[in-house]
Amino acid sequence: MSEANSKSPFAILDQPTRPDDAGRPGPYPRSPALSPRVNPQGEAVTLTIDGKSVTTAPGTVLIEAARQVGIEIPSYCYYPGLSLQGACRMCVVSIEKMGKLQTACTTIVSNGMVVHTDSDEVKNARKAMLEFLLTNHPLDCPVCDKGGECELQDAVFRYGAAETRFLETKQHEEEKKFSSLVYYDRPRCILCYRCIRVCDEGMDVNAYGIGFRGGLSVIIPNRGEHLECEECGMCIDVCPVGALTSGTYRYKTRPWEMTHVGTICNHCGDGCKTTLAIRNNQILRANNRDHSGFNGEFLCAKGRFGWDFVNSDQRLTAPRIKRNRQLESGSWEEALSTAAARLNEIIAKSGPDSVAVLGSNHTANEENYLLQRFARTILGTNNVDHHRTGDFSSLVGALTAANATDRYATMQDVFEASSILLLGSDPTHEHPLVAYQIRQAVRRHDARLYIVNRAELKLRRQASLYLKVEDEGAAVGALAGTGAASPELGTLRERLSKENDTVVVFGDALRGEQVTGLVRWGLTLPGKSRFVALGDYANSRGAADMGVLPDTLPGYAAVADAAARARFESAWGAEIPAQPGRNARAIFAGIESGEIKALLVFGSNPVRSFGVKPETLRKLEFLFVADLFPTETAEVADVVVPAASFAEKSGTVTNTCGQIQALKRTMRKAGTRSDFEILVALAAQFGANWPYRSSEDVLKEIIAQVRGYAIPLPALLVGGAVVTRPQGNPPPLERADLIFSARDSLFTSGSISRYSWALNSLDEAKKPHGTIF
Amino acid sequence: MSDYENYAKGSPLEVKVISKRFGIPNSASIDVYLQHDGYKALQKALGMKPDDVINEVKNSGLRGRGGAGFNAGMKWSFVPKQSSKPKYVVCNADESEPGTCKDRPLMEYDPHQLIEGILIAGYAIQSQQGFIYIRGEYRYLMEIVDRAIEEAYARGYLGKNILGSGFNFDLCTHTGAGAYECGEETALLNSLEGLRGYPRVKPPFPAVVGLYGGPTIINNVETLSNVPHIILNGAEWYAKLGTPKNGGTRLFCLSGCIARPGVYELPMGFPLRRMIEEVGGGVLGGKKLKGVIPGGSSCPVLTADEIDVAMDYDSVAKAGSMLGSGGVVVLDEDTCMVKVAQRIAKFYAHESCGWCVPCREGTAWLKNLLTRFHSGAGVEDDVDTGLDVALNILGKTLCPLGDAAAMPAISIFKKFRHEFEEHLRLGRCPYEKRTVSVA
Amino acid sequence: MLSDALKAKFDKIIARYPLKRSAIVPLLMFAQDEIGYVSDEAIEEIARRVEVRPIEVIEDIGYYSMLHRQPLGKYNIQVCTNVSCLLRGGEEILEHCSKKLGIGHKQTTPDGLFSLEEVECLGACCGAPAMQVNYDFYENLTPQKIDALIEKLRSDGAKKSP
Ligand SMILES: Cc1cc2nc3c(=O)[nH]c(=O)nc-3n(C[C@H](O)[C@H](O)[C@H](O)COP(=O)(O)O)c2cc1C
Ligand code: SF4
Ligand code: FES
Repeated sequence: MSEANSKSPFAILDQPTRPDDAGRPGPYPRSPALSPRVNPQGEAVTLTIDGKSVTTAPGTVLIEAARQVGIEIPSYCYYPGLSLQGACRMCVVSIEKMGKLQTACTTIVSNGMVVHTDSDEVKNARKAMLEFLLTNHPLDCPVCDKGGECELQDAVFRYGAAETRFLETKQHEEEKKFSSLVYYDRPRCILCYRCIRVCDEGMDVNAYGIGFRGGLSVIIPNRGEHLECEECGMCIDVCPVGALTSGTYRYKTRPWEMTHVGTICNHCGDGCKTTLAIRNNQILRANNRDHSGFNGEFLCAKGRFGWDFVNSDQRLTAPRIKRNRQLESGSWEEALSTAAARLNEIIAKSGPDSVAVLGSNHTANEENYLLQRFARTILGTNNVDHHRTGDFSSLVGALTAANATDRYATMQDVFEASSILLLGSDPTHEHPLVAYQIRQAVRRHDARLYIVNRAELKLRRQASLYLKVEDEGAAVGALAGTGAASPELGTLRERLSKENDTVVVFGDALRGEQVTGLVRWGLTLPGKSRFVALGDYANSRGAADMGVLPDTLPGYAAVADAAARARFESAWGAEIPAQPGRNARAIFAGIESGEIKALLVFGSNPVRSFGVKPETLRKLEFLFVADLFPTETAEVADVVVPAASFAEKSGTVTNTCGQIQALKRTMRKAGTRSDFEILVALAAQFGANWPYRSSEDVLKEIIAQVRGYAIPLPALLVGGAVVTRPQGNPPPLERADLIFSARDSLFTSGSISRYSWALNSLDEAKKPHGTIF
Repeated sequence: MSDYENYAKGSPLEVKVISKRFGIPNSASIDVYLQHDGYKALQKALGMKPDDVINEVKNSGLRGRGGAGFNAGMKWSFVPKQSSKPKYVVCNADESEPGTCKDRPLMEYDPHQLIEGILIAGYAIQSQQGFIYIRGEYRYLMEIVDRAIEEAYARGYLGKNILGSGFNFDLCTHTGAGAYECGEETALLNSLEGLRGYPRVKPPFPAVVGLYGGPTIINNVETLSNVPHIILNGAEWYAKLGTPKNGGTRLFCLSGCIARPGVYELPMGFPLRRMIEEVGGGVLGGKKLKGVIPGGSSCPVLTADEIDVAMDYDSVAKAGSMLGSGGVVVLDEDTCMVKVAQRIAKFYAHESCGWCVPCREGTAWLKNLLTRFHSGAGVEDDVDTGLDVALNILGKTLCPLGDAAAMPAISIFKKFRHEFEEHLRLGRCPYEKRTVSVA
Repeated sequence: MLSDALKAKFDKIIARYPLKRSAIVPLLMFAQDEIGYVSDEAIEEIARRVEVRPIEVIEDIGYYSMLHRQPLGKYNIQVCTNVSCLLRGGEEILEHCSKKLGIGHKQTTPDGLFSLEEVECLGACCGAPAMQVNYDFYENLTPQKIDALIEKLRSDGAKKSP
């Protein structure tokens, strides 16, 4: 990029040159796109493996074909989705009419092939490979952190190579601390190169390399002795042996001593599936080892390590009530009755619209649903809002208006896309999984990525076209033909007009009318274009979907729409005020002006997120806060109750693509209650007798009442991700500054990440945002 | 800089084709080259159809001189005619196989012969760019070749519209930096792409997916140096110089315990015994012969009883070894075979790229075992263990380097087992150190 | 600081290849020829010029045995001991050099003039025993030839280096 280009507001920056080797199976990890291209369209291939006939897609490697009929061929360097290596030679098989043994991981199936995976020749070869691997490998499984889940240990068990003929001195090297979260032990390393590839091909970080050569080969980090990277920890996850270990987990326990519960990560809006491993009511590890979610094995640093805020000793564990200007511990009973009494008082004196409610984008759908019901029917006000981080309302409104609610793109759609248009967001930091899916689409499916963004971003490395603009909104206007189009935008428009089924991903830079314009234009692109609005945090989308908004009821039904009101009123047996309430900005203005006298805040820290001054909040007659931590907002509250974290409750969350998934309770934290329990109890204080015994009861009501949420419950309960397709008539966005991303980094997620030791221990987290990647 | 006398003491038995200009003063300069039939073959080739050039080379029986001995014309014919990506010609001048030093005089004394060969190859597969990958240690040769390339550009033999034919071709040298493995063709391609010299999984073969993903032919310096002569004099003439399926002559590097070490150009199929006795003047100092490595250190050793073999690819293979790279290393009666095995194992352990398990771990194991053994700390099981380790490497590695390490070891463990036993019995090496024997 | 001449050479070399990163090894070699080893600065500069991340350059340095991260002696004496040389006394030549210079494999004399290395086959088998001093070949070696050469290099080196 020339100096002149970088200054131009409309500079087209084309893809940098890189090795052009699509489809070349080769062992070197540095080249992109080395996986064989399975071609499901081509004619099926039939072959015989161990006497079984197998029919599979052309381009399939033998090792996968064997797996399809339940034949497990051992392998170390082979890893599905990563480039082929042919390095460990464990997967050797004999193929009739071929002289030498062949590696099943690199051999492409062909018609009539006859393969034996279990002959003596094959078994002996595998045993020989194990013997080679063990020459320099310590034989101390009982003290190794990987013991019990080590792929090398398993194979030795199966093929037997434990007795040693190796009389030479083993090469020794001290263990290295690559970062506070990643440790490397060379003697245990079998050089399968999975870590290098997952970091290069999966993450496009390239933090790993190989040092020296031959028997001295060693995995090296990119900054001398240390890693400087996104710290996603995927390298640890894919390591088949105990060479790469986790700084938060190592030597704490044994895999068989933990219980594993699949749930959804609570940090960003992508909704990665994670398996929490628990012992003694403590989370010890998170990964997605069974690859059950749409994230496959992917988790970012927050997902893999950042759960430790749950275990933080700064968690609130008892309600706190202000007495004599001091917050003091109290009972749940006292906290809730005090809150009810004060609120009743204020409503009696100043009317229900003097009270406002701020919801959370971390809590469950059921809790959000109850929260707005609580505000609307018990407090009697539509003054309910939350920190909106993406404009879901406008997307829903635009798609509904165009009768195109089949055009919500899922996380899988991003992965499978052949063409992606990304506008006004840097997913690498704010949506690590979206970034991952985009990279995989480019690497594995040759997708073209088009970017329109004001800032430089790492995904530019994958982009076919990167358009640096001053204002994404203006660019969209020009693309859609309402503003002046630069030649560069013309090029983009032309390139997109040649694509099919483009997935349009946009961030908070686009709001209100701009979203409407983008969708309207996007729908004119060839094929079935689909859309993703990006919003931060685990349940931003759910908060909007559930109507934690002043002007829409659950499912984006306008408050002003009498029919919609009537539908919910009959479900709830209570009246809903007909006037839209105050939005978040108007609530804070109301506090300033004295019109808002009481505020309830659930799982949110407006002092930080909205920059509301604590003095402003002090003007309130009553402030109620439910939270995990003593945040800046909680500090000025009159009543604070300790809430349960995502790991301590059940419920559902909806990711930024609108895919709903279940949270599973994995543990309990003494003294805390979930927002569900808090709301039900609080409602009872007001004399309401809500019919919900569990959050599942609420979910059933949501399924019945919320447009677009009529999902099959069983699919959810077995751990699936089900796409929702909201349909509604939300009023236009009142003001643009209601929508803003928190600009979290890879190592922050609002207030909760401040209580994560793991995230705060990282050198990368200390560097200014955006200076590393 | 090598001095010519050392490399070509000359023998009346030689048949000089590619070495015919060696010894002519200033033979590396384009003027001298042009005076001696230079670039005539190119001119002729440019008048032929590319396919006819390929067929001519195929029919000449020219087999790759880099080691594997694959028919060169056949290899070229695998290059797809249509390709969306550029095609490349790569000349393998990585010459690193111990015992081999024949590409050196070819580049030193006749670089234009090589350039002409590359040009003809490029025309035959319709490529427009070539690279000469020269091992890093051969810096002075790179300078010589660079100068020759410059001359060829200046005279219009390289560049655009060569000799008015419309054929364009660019050529440059590329330096290696010390890695034997980069002589393996796919490792060479990775190295040329700026990566570590790790080999690639085959198939696809480079002729289909090679450098930068384009169809690529890779040939040894000597192979390509033969091409102009084949085009100029015809396939039949060339084929007749050698034996069936083994056309032409080849450069043999006689080294080790031999009276007159040197690079000699002899017809394919020349008897090994005569090569040692008549061409090389017999074993140095009139000693008895113990064995011969017939084609570089990766070949199984032949014992003194096994040297009645014709030096062509097929005959040497039948005798249980390989013609390889033409490095004939003579071992005399005072040679410790355990030491030879150890030194060769050390080489392969040092040069293993470390990519695949059996080679990375196996070569190191072999080296350590043999080093310990030779130092007198051997145990009885070592011979069987060592043999087994070598057999476990054989045929299981990603590239042939593993085999190259295993084969000499296997041959020595098997054919010279008594020497290992002798070491064990004495608890030390029974052989004297070498005194430096060249005056 | 890399010299302007070197930078110009970099540009010329990079331009030869369809893919810039192809130039990594040649650039490293020429940088090393100028600086004496591969410096951090050279790594950064080369990575920047060929548009790769520095780790990829570092990986190459580790792989290729002629590339060094530490300065060597002004004269790097590389003695081959592989088979052809072994059979003609290569190991003894190495030992002789080692005694003469008082340093072992991969060591440098305190005055920084010489370093010694046992290397693999140099492609001088027919002139065994052989060695290279920097890029220059010396063949058919004897202890006497070595002595004379080292003396010559010592006086050359003393003359040229201030
Ligand atoms: C480990 C290894 C090292 C090799 N080294 C060289 C070499 O230095 N020079 C060479 O010409 N061929 C070498 N080869 C052979 C090449 O892979 C390849 O066969 C050759 O360049 C093809 O050219 P040709 O057909 O003209 O012989 C080597 C092969 C292996 C397996
Ligand atoms: S056999 Fe394996 S380790 Fe050895 S050089 Fe070839 S790929 Fe590298
Ligand atoms: S899995 Fe096939 S070689 Fe490693």
